[in-house]
Amino acid sequence: MAEDIKTKLERYKTAPFDSRFPNQNQTRNCWQNYLDFHRCEKAMAAKGADATPCQWYYRVYKSLCPTAWVSGVSFVTFCPRRHPPA
Amino acid sequence: MANHSQFGFQDASSPIMEELVEFHDHALMVALAICSLVLYLLALMLMEKLSSNTVDAQEIELIWTILPAIVLIMLALPSLQILYMMDEINEPDLTLKAIGHQWYWTYEYTDFKDLTFDSYMIPTMDLPTGHFRLLEVDHRVIVPMESPIRIIVTANDVLHAWAVPALGVKTDAIPGRLNQTPFITTRPGVFYGQCSEICGANHSYMPIVVESAPLTFFEHWSSLMSS
Repeated sequence: MAEDIKTKLERYKTAPFDSRFPNQNQTRNCWQNYLDFHRCEKAMAAKGADATPCQWYYRVYKSLCPTAWVSGVSFVTFCPRRHPPA
Repeated sequence: MANHSQFGFQDASSPIMEELVEFHDHALMVALAICSLVLYLLALMLMEKLSSNTVDAQEIELIWTILPAIVLIMLALPSLQILYMMDEINEPDLTLKAIGHQWYWTYEYTDFKDLTFDSYMIPTMDLPTGHFRLLEVDHRVIVPMESPIRIIVTANDVLHAWAVPALGVKTDAIPGRLNQTPFITTRPGVFYGQCSEICGANHSYMPIVVESAPLTFFEHWSSLMSS
């Protein structure tokens, strides 16, 4: 599985089509991958396991989310305590 | 870009825009046919060549029910075909983000390295001779030609809209929302557009320029810009 994810990461071009978010509004797609990355990192750290699979979520949210949203510069930010976008 | 007193669409530079132009021509022909018929009947009536003393008109009632239904079908079928074509699932090669500000665009290419730049209109007093007034920008959006591209449009402050008529793209830029639009450029070239949602004093002065180039040029440009 870790081998597969490494190949998948090497072949990464851009965020692929995600059938959970088939429409024009991709806000939730960005939010979900951001969330999944941080949860994955936390879970892997808790287990002491390799966090390489989490890089997939990182690449996807980096492709989709505006830099300002994840760096806390813009007024629209991913602050963990706020409600996620609808 | 549009020329002086241009009447029709700009030359289509994406497959969807080609379809839209063809559909528009078709719909316009249908509209011309209907208007010609109405004008002809009007002329006949004015010349008193049309008289009516019928009380039972089953045949004509049938004709002017069936014929409009056929016309509507002739319009609906290609229209829905294009609508569904625009909604097809596509796997893009590149994701590009366009963020609208008052009054400029920021573009981000973050699939690999973090390439971010602002794109301001070149003021008329700084415009070199022969360049297009109110359309040129300091940093163009370079994209690889003939590649499916996903553009994610959003805004940082007020509503804007990212539009490039030659590619058949117009997408609202809404703060807090990521709007996705796919497009493919069928040929290399430079395509101009303008902000399409009123956003304040300089709404007319934040244009968009997409430059479509072969992949090697795009890669060279992005490595230069990233360094």
